[in-house]
Amino acid sequence: MSYIGSFALLLALCLSAYSFFGGFLALFGKHAASARLGETARRAGIATFAAVLLAAIVLVVAAFSDDFSIAYIFHHSNRDLPAAYKFAVLWSGQEGSLLFWSLLLAGYGFVLRLRYKTDQRLFAYASVIIASVQVFFLLILNFAAHPFAIMQGGLPADGTGLNPLLQYPEMVIHPPMLYLGYVGFTVPFAFALGALIMKYPGEKWIQITRRWTMVTWCFLTIGVFLGAHWAYAVLGWGGYWGWDPVENASLMPWLTGTAFLHSVMMQEKRGMLKVWNMALIFATFLLSMLGTFLTRSGVISSVHAFAQSSIGTWFLVFIGLTLAVCTYFLVMNRSHLKSEHKLEALVSRESSFLFNNLLLLTVCFTILWGTFFPILSEFVQGHKVTVGPPFFNRVAVPVALLLLLLTAVGPLLAWRKTSVESLKRNFLFPAVGALAVGGMMILFGVRPWEDPSYFYATMAGVLAALVIFTVISEFLRGGRVIAGKTQQNLVSAMFQLCRRNTRRYGGYIVHFGVALVVIGILGTPFNREVEKEMAFGDKINIGPYTLVCQSYTQDDNPNYGNEWAIINVFRGGKQITTMYPERRFYKASGQPQTLPRIYPSFREDFFLVSDVYLVYEGKNETTGRPIIKAHLNPLVPWIWIGLIIMVFGTIVALVPNAAAVRVPATAPVRAPAQAGAGD
Amino acid sequence: MGLISDRALVRTQRLKPHLFGWTYGAPKGAPFQSKIFRRVLYSFVLTAAVFVFLGAGDTDARFKDLGHRMMCACGCSQILLECNHVGCTYSDKMRNQLLASIDKGNNDDLVLQGFVQEYGPTVIAAPTAKGFNRIAWIMPFVVLGLGITFLIYVVRSWKNRPEPALADGIAIPLGRELDDLRRKARRETDL
Repeated sequence: MSYIGSFALLLALCLSAYSFFGGFLALFGKHAASARLGETARRAGIATFAAVLLAAIVLVVAAFSDDFSIAYIFHHSNRDLPAAYKFAVLWSGQEGSLLFWSLLLAGYGFVLRLRYKTDQRLFAYASVIIASVQVFFLLILNFAAHPFAIMQGGLPADGTGLNPLLQYPEMVIHPPMLYLGYVGFTVPFAFALGALIMKYPGEKWIQITRRWTMVTWCFLTIGVFLGAHWAYAVLGWGGYWGWDPVENASLMPWLTGTAFLHSVMMQEKRGMLKVWNMALIFATFLLSMLGTFLTRSGVISSVHAFAQSSIGTWFLVFIGLTLAVCTYFLVMNRSHLKSEHKLEALVSRESSFLFNNLLLLTVCFTILWGTFFPILSEFVQGHKVTVGPPFFNRVAVPVALLLLLLTAVGPLLAWRKTSVESLKRNFLFPAVGALAVGGMMILFGVRPWEDPSYFYATMAGVLAALVIFTVISEFLRGGRVIAGKTQQNLVSAMFQLCRRNTRRYGGYIVHFGVALVVIGILGTPFNREVEKEMAFGDKINIGPYTLVCQSYTQDDNPNYGNEWAIINVFRGGKQITTMYPERRFYKASGQPQTLPRIYPSFREDFFLVSDVYLVYEGKNETTGRPIIKAHLNPLVPWIWIGLIIMVFGTIVALVPNAAAVRVPATAPVRAPAQAGAGD
Repeated sequence: MGLISDRALVRTQRLKPHLFGWTYGAPKGAPFQSKIFRRVLYSFVLTAAVFVFLGAGDTDARFKDLGHRMMCACGCSQILLECNHVGCTYSDKMRNQLLASIDKGNNDDLVLQGFVQEYGPTVIAAPTAKGFNRIAWIMPFVVLGLGITFLIYVVRSWKNRPEPALADGIAIPLGRELDDLRRKARRETDL
């Protein structure tokens, strides 16, 4: 079976190399033969997808058929591994995940090459650039990290099993989402570079790639948040974001991608920031590559150490080459990227985008700087230093709060210029609402002057409320106008409003989701935890909850043995649930794993929901009793709800606009915001 | 902090006559003589003092604070008090050491120094604000400052850029005419 996989990979390399070189030559040829060469290159690109898909299928089949003659299967699977995880073996290790990356890239390329008639020349350029990235990955797969390498010596009876940390349902979807995001940014990157090389006139390339970019951004968002949720639900330390280098690596392209999604609107609407947008999408692609480099090179210690190897050099060379090519064309063709309009006022939508970009990039730089500072320190001082959560929290959080302020303010500003009167009119309701929320937080006992973390939490609460009230006021204002014109009720008018400008109102929904995420995060300073050895009937009091140990026991199945405690959760004397914190011992890998249990208290407190989070820390060997660590994490569930709303908002923004309702020119109409306050 | 009484401010003045190296004997009419300025300054100083001396006393709070400023030395890349990985041979030992060091009456610097001596500089979760490490803290703000400066320069240069020349016979609508056009555009395009 490994021969089929190896052959498919080699074939894919040949096809993608042909797609690259053939396509490249065709771009500069002027004869009819060049057009034919270009067409064969396009078809070779399509065939690459088939070949890589075949290789991926072979690897999955090998996992399901327990073919331990393949080293990758031996190291990442075992006979008793559940089926879903056998499928996930494809992206659970170094070689497999590179194959998966290559498959996704080939898939994106496949769709792009099928839709080439939209703009044949631009698509031809994009196809060649995607083929070049594909060649790079297939070179690694064929010569540096071969997924079908054969085991040396005798055939082993069973595999060493999948890393226990990865044996969790979310690990079946987290990596694909993240990779869809990482890989997906190759498409707008390819179009941008193609448009730059060919001096593509106008902004059509942005319109072509808008949906690609948004879908990609959505996947990356889901991937990042699923990663955070996985850390929360599996690692058992009670938190969801540890500023681990690999977490940081996923956040950096997300930040630049978010900046790109915003600033690209200035190019579409006003023909401005053309160089900047090019630089942003190049940076996003390069940071995606950097993320892969960080995960796999081992230059920085990380909890994701399971994917380390020596292929870092390959990535460094590729990143360097890409950077050189991008810089060369950006400098050579800069005259093509001249701005068509000028900025007319500091208080305008354009300047809010500029500042939004600046803050997003400052956060991105902070993360990049903090991630690489240990290496710099070792180079300069001769010893490494740790740059951990205290650094990122102290530096990135204030900047992120400023960003949140802009998220609230930006949508209320008009394109070109905003008058003071319109600012006052638009801000009054959100500002009063936000200040009221701040006052309520203090009334409920938050003392911002007692601790910096409480201060940040209060600020975050006020600013998140400002974002929410801004979004609500925008919907209400627009809804009222439509309701007045069409005699609908307000809710259906708002729905209509949303349909007429999906991009703008989808964006507002995303902002609403971001505000909920911030609300979820601001509960962190109020987390509580208690650790206790529990005998039958023993209690832990945490917040309004009483946790009673009903029993503790153990179990066994072919994949793992486990011990768990049975904890009844009471509130106000009434039992609300039973939780089963657990510790497993995986037989194939011989590794233990703690599995926390989480109860979000939506039924008890909807708005001020908390997670009751129980961890089976281990057993006291003398008494045989379990040691339970209980966390009470306020507001955390809002993070995951915020994610769902962000995804929903992105989907809304992807839906094409419905036709606008035409009204007679004489009808007295008041605009929802200042002139030109478009999306 | 805005409710600090004048008496409290006076007390602060008496206790810290040379706070930040500023004396109070400035000539009359100088900015430091301004009542509002002084109140703002005192409020700022008191706020800063509250933050600086927060949690300095309580052992539990100090244990939590210091435990969150150190990494577990086992290589799990987790904060000391958050390391929970099964079978960790370091975290319990380090936590006990931390508690003992606090109980001994060592101040925060001494506690951290003891850990650095035993486990190396990587045990501290964030770079110290000394020597080369200071750059780690400064750089993000330098970048932000440079970014803002650059942005202001760009905005100013955009604003000062001359308008593109218009073809003969085309007049730019201004004032009321422009407002009418805007109204018309709103009506006929968006809402």
